Amino acid sequence: MKQITVTVNGTVYELQVKSWATLLDMIRDDLGLTGTKEGCGLGECGACTVIMDGKTVNACLVLAPEADGKEIITIEGLSRGGQFHPVQEAFMEQGGIQCGFCTPGMILSTKALLDENPNPTDEEIRRDMAGNFCRCTGYTKIFESIKAAVRKGDT
Amino acid sequence: MVTLYRRLPRVEYVQPKTIEELLALRAQYAGKGALLAGGTDLMPKLKRREIEAPGCLIDLKGIPDLAYISNAEGDGLRIGALATLRAIETSALIQATYGILSQTASSMASVQIRNRGTVAGNLCNAVPSADTAPPLLALDATAKLMSQKGERIVPLDDFFIGPNKTVLSDDELLVEIQVPRVLPHSRGVYLKLTQRSSMELAVVGVAVMVSARNGVCENIKIALGAVAPTPMRAKRAEAVLRGQHFSEELIEHTARTAAEESRPIDDHRATQEYRRDMVEVLVKRAVIETISP
Repeated sequence: MKQITVTVNGTVYELQVKSWATLLDMIRDDLGLTGTKEGCGLGECGACTVIMDGKTVNACLVLAPEADGKEIITIEGLSRGGQFHPVQEAFMEQGGIQCGFCTPGMILSTKALLDENPNPTDEEIRRDMAGNFCRCTGYTKIFESIKAAVRKGDT
Repeated sequence: MVTLYRRLPRVEYVQPKTIEELLALRAQYAGKGALLAGGTDLMPKLKRREIEAPGCLIDLKGIPDLAYISNAEGDGLRIGALATLRAIETSALIQATYGILSQTASSMASVQIRNRGTVAGNLCNAVPSADTAPPLLALDATAKLMSQKGERIVPLDDFFIGPNKTVLSDDELLVEIQVPRVLPHSRGVYLKLTQRSSMELAVVGVAVMVSARNGVCENIKIALGAVAPTPMRAKRAEAVLRGQHFSEELIEHTARTAAEESRPIDDHRATQEYRRDMVEVLVKRAVIETISP
């Protein structure tokens, strides 16, 4: 077992983790934050996307011990005082959700994209979201949700 | 049928704090310790049980300052072992002087993967389709390898010895990638043939660096990916054009020669014949792109 100190959604945790546990295992099983989903488990689908030190990562490919000293944001960490994050609002308003499994990853990738580039072009949106798969339907509503989130940032 | 376990095998994990400590662990574990940088290739391989579980994962990320991208003395680019693909893609220094590298990095996988995956890791995994290899070969890059016995500089052209095989030995670390200064009047491009526009491996990858003046090809480097057991230079093709005036006929001859030099295989992504044809198409297209205004 490894002793790690990790900040998740602003709370500091001291945890004992197996050296072969992933960050995803830690978030879901040790912290009970099941908003982060396991899709492919291989870094292809983006369902497990979380933000680590400001950058999106596939939590299924990061070892829990590698997260020692890091700051993690999961989908549970976006709302503030009962208020949804503007990106979450945008996805709800535009119906950018069907089954919901890809949604936490989609929203966190959108947040990271807009933090870095508040006014992305359509092409930049499509390119930067390439690592988040939706298997329900097309990407039209998701794309529209991201465009709506961009507009919210403008106001 | 690939069995998907999704759980990692039981492995130990160590995070040395200095290069010396890491090299000692490398020597101590010999073949039983795997280096861990971004983990974006290693983790899926371990989860799929494609490789035997190493006794220990030796994480480089405890060593400070290995993620550098520098051109300190203006004598060439130095990329540290932990520089991520995303850093290469977004570095102003690389975009300004080695645009082919940022262009290549941006073509790889997803933002999430590029935030973790490293150039050095892409080279050390040594798949024939490794995207960073053709542009670095065309840039005449070298790899600095270190072990407790000392260090050696290996031209990238000699680094790959087969699919998933490099000259890196069990006690060594690829600590830095060195890229010489680019000649004036040089331009380069990496063309990657894929079925989708992203999240895709190269079916064929072609990197071309050309220095041209007054319609003459002063120098040219052509490197190919996914069409031989290792990424490779197409040196006979380069010789066709080097020192000559550019003409459509010569460029076509160069492209045909590169296709002849390639040694592709049939697999589920493309046939040998198709890959060879595409080498010709892409080399021609790449050379024309580098000399177009």
